[in-house]
Amino acid sequence: MSLRSPLSRVLGSGSAKDGTEHWWMQRVTAVALLIIGLWFLVSIASLADYDRAELYRWAGHPFHAVMLILASITLAWHSTLGVQVIVEDYVHGPLLKVSALLLNKFLHVFLAAAAVLAVLKIALGDSL
Amino acid sequence: MAEFRLPPNSRITKGKHFSAVSSAKNVRRFMVYRHDPGSGENPRMDTYEVDVDSCGPMVLDVLIKIKNEIDTTLTFRRSCREGICGSCAMNIDGRNTLACTAPADGIKGDVKIYPLPHMPVVKDLVPDLTNFYAQYASIKPWLQTRTPAPPDQERLQSKEDQERIDEPAACILCACCSTSCPSYWWNSDRFLGPATLLAAYRWLVDSRDEATGERLDDLEDPFRLYRCHTIMNCTNTCPKGLNPAKAIAETKKMLAERRH
Repeated sequence: MSLRSPLSRVLGSGSAKDGTEHWWMQRVTAVALLIIGLWFLVSIASLADYDRAELYRWAGHPFHAVMLILASITLAWHSTLGVQVIVEDYVHGPLLKVSALLLNKFLHVFLAAAAVLAVLKIALGDSL
Repeated sequence: MAEFRLPPNSRITKGKHFSAVSSAKNVRRFMVYRHDPGSGENPRMDTYEVDVDSCGPMVLDVLIKIKNEIDTTLTFRRSCREGICGSCAMNIDGRNTLACTAPADGIKGDVKIYPLPHMPVVKDLVPDLTNFYAQYASIKPWLQTRTPAPPDQERLQSKEDQERIDEPAACILCACCSTSCPSYWWNSDRFLGPATLLAAYRWLVDSRDEATGERLDDLEDPFRLYRCHTIMNCTNTCPKGLNPAKAIAETKKMLAERRH
């Protein structure tokens, strides 16, 4: 039992003076994904064929390779911000919360790095 | 983790049934949440059959009739009976609203009445609003200035400036919005909730206030403000027709704008 006043409990450790960057970047990445998504749909739809060789040629084109790398990074960025919100909303045990937040960051960075490497391998071929 | 089931001692059991008197003509059933935490018993739903022809039109009229004529142990808050005090806020037919402005004939079938959701219950339909009021107090809901007041007159405001605070200042702090918000359910210890954020916005846009920066500093927090995910239950449920969701969005915009 705590005899702290209700106001003291609400004021807690004060404001973190943070959150606007997170909120803003969630929207910036969302807008970026809209543009990237539009490019992806139009570009994929205009392919003549969908066999492995054709897709390799498509992904290996410098512009498409850059766009695919940007898509991987932006998607991972947007997703990590979203998952962080879900964890903060629902996970309340301190140890579990910190673990989930760390796992969220690490997993998304790993996935983004793997996706970027995959695009680079296609784009640069044997020289990588 | 968030709890999606009520704790065992909060689960609702079947309650008592109070039949209408035989002379009643237009009988409706009102199922009311009953709980006395001090009794050690689980909450229950009591059913009251009420002759609505011998009763006022609003749900509050029905509750007062039940308390006066059927079951004096029923506990609820009420005062003004005209939607300005905010005392009789409760969950009626699945919606947080004021019992005094909710007509019973607007509800189909049995009328289910619960206290405001996800709050500690003092008794029956009376929630414990201590934390809610402390959150309101935390945003310093009063005019803060550095310029001394003119010695011979009020601090003047243009008509347009006054109009900006007309709506947010009309909040009666009934807590319908905050207790309808899932973010508030899961994190009411740190998220201020729509009612308090609407009140904060009322002072942010007050042309006479000189603490806008400090107020924004205090709000800029992942939990205090940014737990709002624009679910908009608050605006949907507000019995006064106010728009806390828009006030929160405007606050976020102010914070973004001062960075760029």
